[in-house]
Formats: sequence, C-alpha cells, structure tokens
Amino acid sequence: MNVYLDNNATTMVDPAVVEAMMPFFSEIYGNPSSLHRYGTASHPAITKAINQMYKGINASDKDDIIFTSCATEANNWVLKSVWFDKIMHGEKNHIVTTEIEHPSVLSACKFLEDNGVKVTYLPVNDQGIVEAHTVRSFITEKTALVSIMWANNETGMIFPIKEIGEICKEKGVLFHTDGVQAVGKIPVDMQDVHVDFMSMSAHKFHGPKGVGALYIRDSQKLTPLLHGGEHMGGRRSGTLNVPYMVGMAKALELATENIQEKMATIAAKRDRLEDALLSGLTDVFTVGDRANRTPNTILISIRGVEGEGMLWDLNNALIGASTGSACASADLEANSVMLAIGADNELAHTGIRLSLSRFTTDAEIDYVIERFESAVKRLRAISSSYAIVQPTPGGEAGEHHPHH
Amino acid sequence: MAKNDLMSGSLWDQYSNKVTTLMNAPTNQGEITQEECDAAGQKLIVADFGAESCGDAVRLYWAVDPANDTIVSSKFKSFGCGTAIASSDMMAELCIGKTVQDAVKITNIDVEMALRDDPETPAVPPQKMHCSVMAYDVIKKAAGLYLGVDEGSFETEIIVCECARISLGTLKEVIRLNDLTSIEQITDYTKAGGFCKSCIKPGGHEAREWYLVDILAGVRHEMDLEKMHNAADAGPAGNFETMTLVQQIKAVDAVIDESVRQFLIMDGGNVEIIDIKDSPEYIDIYIRYLGACNGCASSSTGTLYAIESTLKEKLSNKIRVLPI
Repeated sequence: MNVYLDNNATTMVDPAVVEAMMPFFSEIYGNPSSLHRYGTASHPAITKAINQMYKGINASDKDDIIFTSCATEANNWVLKSVWFDKIMHGEKNHIVTTEIEHPSVLSACKFLEDNGVKVTYLPVNDQGIVEAHTVRSFITEKTALVSIMWANNETGMIFPIKEIGEICKEKGVLFHTDGVQAVGKIPVDMQDVHVDFMSMSAHKFHGPKGVGALYIRDSQKLTPLLHGGEHMGGRRSGTLNVPYMVGMAKALELATENIQEKMATIAAKRDRLEDALLSGLTDVFTVGDRANRTPNTILISIRGVEGEGMLWDLNNALIGASTGSACASADLEANSVMLAIGADNELAHTGIRLSLSRFTTDAEIDYVIERFESAVKRLRAISSSYAIVQPTPGGEAGEHHPHH
Repeated sequence: MAKNDLMSGSLWDQYSNKVTTLMNAPTNQGEITQEECDAAGQKLIVADFGAESCGDAVRLYWAVDPANDTIVSSKFKSFGCGTAIASSDMMAELCIGKTVQDAVKITNIDVEMALRDDPETPAVPPQKMHCSVMAYDVIKKAAGLYLGVDEGSFETEIIVCECARISLGTLKEVIRLNDLTSIEQITDYTKAGGFCKSCIKPGGHEAREWYLVDILAGVRHEMDLEKMHNAADAGPAGNFETMTLVQQIKAVDAVIDESVRQFLIMDGGNVEIIDIKDSPEYIDIYIRYLGACNGCASSSTGTLYAIESTLKEKLSNKIRVLPI
C-alpha cells in the first residue's frame, strides 16, 4: 500500500482544484490586463477567486490579499520591505522572530542581520511554542516587526497568535505571521486576530505549487518586492497567474468549508495512529499537547532509531514521512525543533514526522501502524542503543570524540 | 552552481547497490558474548565510537584468537542512517580473518571502496563519506584495547580531511608547490574538503583540530614572509620582478634619478612615481609629470619612450610606463 504521510511538506492537488484550473490554460488564456475580450474573459473567475480567498480567512474588504509565487516570496517580501520602510528609511533597527521559523524567514533574517539589523530569535518552551509574555519582554522602542509562525511545520504546535497580536497592537509594532501550516488546517479568522501581514501557500492545502499569497491588514504600506507592470494595484507585479489563483482559491474554499468537521475527521485518524504507536512501542514519545496541535501532525521520537534510518525503512514499506534531523539534510544538523523543545541530546536525531491529510484513509492508518512497528523492531535489533554486551573497559565512546 | 547542480538529486539514489543491500539486510549485525569467546578460547574486544547525540554511533565486537592475533569473528551494532549501517557492516566484514595488526591498516577509504559496485563509481554521495570514517575510528579503538596501546599511536601523521585521508604534510606541500590561493583549488588538487566539508572551516558537521582555511592562511603567510626575506636579502641587486613594492619603488626612483631626472629638471620639469601594479604580463608603473613636463608634447612620446626603455633595460622587460 502506498501511503503519503508527509502532508506538511506538500499535499496532493485535489482533483476538484485541477478541474477548476483547467479552463484557464488553453481556453481562457488572455492576459487579464488586456482590454480585449480575451483578456476580460478571465475577470469573473478572478473576482470569484478573490472572494473565495477573503472568505477563506475571513478578511475584511479593507484588507488586501495579494497573490505571490509562493509563501517564501511572501515572507521575503514582508521582511525585506519592512527593513526598507522602517529601518533603512525610518527610526527602527530591530526584528523579533523565533528559533524555529521556516528557512524563508530565518535566512531572510540572517541576511538582514548581515546588513546591520538587530534580530532576536526567541526560544520555544517544552511544548515547542513561544509564549506571548516572552514576545512582550523582547519588544523595544526600536522594534519594527514581530514575525512569528501561526503553526510549526515540524510539530504542528499552534502559537498564541491572538495574544501576540494584541501585544503588538498595544506596542505599536508590526506583526507578521507565517500562516503556511495553519491556513486550511485550523480556523484562521483575520477579523478575530490583530495581524498586519500573513503569508500563505496553496500547496499545503491541496492547491497547486507555485502560488501563495500575502494578507495585508487595512491595505497598509509595504513597499513592493517585485516592481513592474503595476499588477494587483502595483503591490506585486507580474502577469496574473490566473489558473493558479483560481486553483489556490478553490483549494482554500474546499479546505475551509466545514473546517471543524474536517479537523475532527483528520484528528480522529491522527489520534488513533498516535495512540497505537505510543502504546505499541516502548521508549517513544510525541512532541506537544494534542489539543494545541494542528489536527494532522505527529512528531514522534523513537529511542535508538536514527531518523534517516527510520525513513529508509518506511520508504521501503512505501510510506512517505519526514525527519527534520540529521543525515538526510545537507547540513547534517540535529533536528532544531527537537533541540529547541529541550529534548535530550540523544533523542535529537530520532524524530519522525507523520502528517496526514483529509485524503488519508483508515486502512492507510492501519497499514502504517503495522509497518511502523516492524521498522522500529528491525532497526532496534541493529541499534547499538539496545546492545546488551557492554564495551571492554576503556572501549567506551570518548568524551571528546569529534562527532558532535 | 551550474546546470548539474540545479536539482539537488535524490540522496538515496546515489547509493551503490551494495550499500542498499547491506542496509536492508546487514550480514554482520549482532553481538559476540563473553561466554562464546571463553568457550572457544578467544579474547572478546568490544569498542564504541560516536554517540546518539551526534547522529551516529557504532559498537564493534571482535573475537580474537590470542595465539596468532587473528580476528576470528567480527560483529557490529549501529545507531545511524543507511550508509552508517552499511559501512559498519562492511567494516566488520573486512576485519574477519585479519590479524589485529593488519586490521588497523583498514581505512575509511577501504570500506568505501569495498562498498562500490564498480571501482569507478563512489558508493555514497560526498556528504555521506564521513559515515565510513567512524568505521575506521572504531577499529583503531578496538585494536588499541587488544594490544594495550593508545589508539592514537596508530596514527603516524595528522589527517586533516578524514573523508579523503589527506594529511597536514601533503596539504602544506601541495599549497606551496602549486601556489594555491583558495579552498576550491585545494579541493581540486587533493580532494580534501570535497566530501563532508567539516575540515574546511569551523561550524561544520564535526569539530576538527585542523581546518583548511587556517592551513591555507598559514602557508600563504609563510610564503609571503619567505618572499620578503628573499627580496630583503637580495636588496637592490635582486630580481626586480620578485622585489617587494617598496623595493620596486626605490629601484625605479634610483634609475630615474641616475638617468632621467636631471634632463627633465634642466627643462624645468620633473616626474614622480604614483603606483606600481603587477600583472602576469606587465609591471605597470604609473607616473605623473610635474612642472614644464606637464603638457609638453614630448612627455607622451619621446620622453616617455626614454623613461620606459631605460627602466626596461635596467630593471625588467615587463615594465610599461603609464603617465596619468
């Protein structure tokens, strides 16, 4: 059985979304900026897509939702343009973010640091979230922006965005949230929270890759990242990508209608999987309180089983999962989230993330439970962590050996 | 970056079939007990290397025949990714039947070569090369335990790049002989730094005692000092092209003083040296005319030719004189 449990990385495009996109490739292909009938033919679809987007996140008509090429673009846009508007051409010099943001936020922050901006990377607590009072204590007179994700990609843990938004409003500081892992998974209501900017990505909620969006509260000032032909009111130039805008909006509509029911269905499967793994295996733990997690995510640590080795066995069993840790990635680092939540160092390389979608079936969950347990059994049989015969005196691993 | 680097490629698809096979079914996985060794009159050696907190750990077991120091049986346990498990398995395999003294000579490169499907194609991608290094380290540790010596005594030279096994001595020599100035050149000439990249500079996968950036800077500094010493020792009589900048300026001034300046002064002018720039083809001497020379028709023709040819004759054929 093929089972895809890596939906926090990307999702299958819902066939209904593909169907909605199809007319806008070879039938209605005119440039929406053109005056002729071929251009204007797409306008009703664009209007519909915009309405779907506003409804999906309950944005006010005074707000902007600007389509981008991806959430990486949206994150870069906010960080670099706030730098330009408030730091290069203003009085501020400071940005507050967290240690566990997506690379598109962290790398952009490092770039700004190289250019003289002061950046504070807030630590997370043992639940993997940043507490609102921590944010408050690091905001200064010089703070231009707070950028904190709504939900974390590795753990699924949901951050206190409403409280942080109130603090930023009170302090008069701009607040950006990377909403990529929240939108389409949990209710996101822009009229309930005080957020100035929010990044979104279509392919995380069964839309196509290559399209994202930035929500901008009250259509406030944010210098464009891409200058050009004055598309989308000059906020983000580039010929409108009609099929992808239509696809993203359709996907958001499908993900957010009856979202409570959808969440409950996914959470039921997730909880069944998580309970089965926790009860069926010894020396395992999952990260973060379920009640405060996106309903599709499990980050499980398996003592004695290295993450990439586990992925290898799952892959052999036709199961797609992910590990934020170690060998699999080019930089060979331990899972930064696992370290940030204060997991023992020994467990930093043992994290496996399983992320479900609304297309995940009960039969798939049953299959994964069985194959996951047999993979753990096999790898623990090889693992030095479970070896019985102890080293010859003097043969223990040295304290200062170079692997760290 | 270029076309071939645009797509990072699948890490696992770059593994040899042997690596894949051994990860899926390691042949020497297991433990050797004291009871088994006692029954066969063998000596049990168990050595650990690495740690879970580092992402990989290995435990090596040897049953050694004390009569001839031969490793009769060799097994492993490993916490690590696929290549770590496959490397450990191959390492254990290579130990079997060897004397402890011979087993110490097994390097990570031997392990990696043995994992290749064909001799020309690496068994693992560059960033996985370090997995077999641990296999090499744990063998030294086991041998040290058996022979009762410090494991460090097996290392006769300082290895800077473990993946490619390039020593400090080799690196210094190659930098010097080939006049290397960048890390990329060092990697091209020696392969050092081309794999897990830990040895390039601090902050990589492993902390190292020696880093290529420091070695390069050190050798370059030594070479610069030597050049200055040589130039200083040679003085004005030395080769103009290898002189320091200060020496070159002095030498040019001396030649101009001796052969040119008096004639310029007679005409109410003078010349000063502004800068000297070296390139592989030319040594460009920038000058500025003063007084009556400035604007004189001959200053860009006859006079310039006279200055240049005098300097060429007395100092170097590579000289060009450029008025600013």
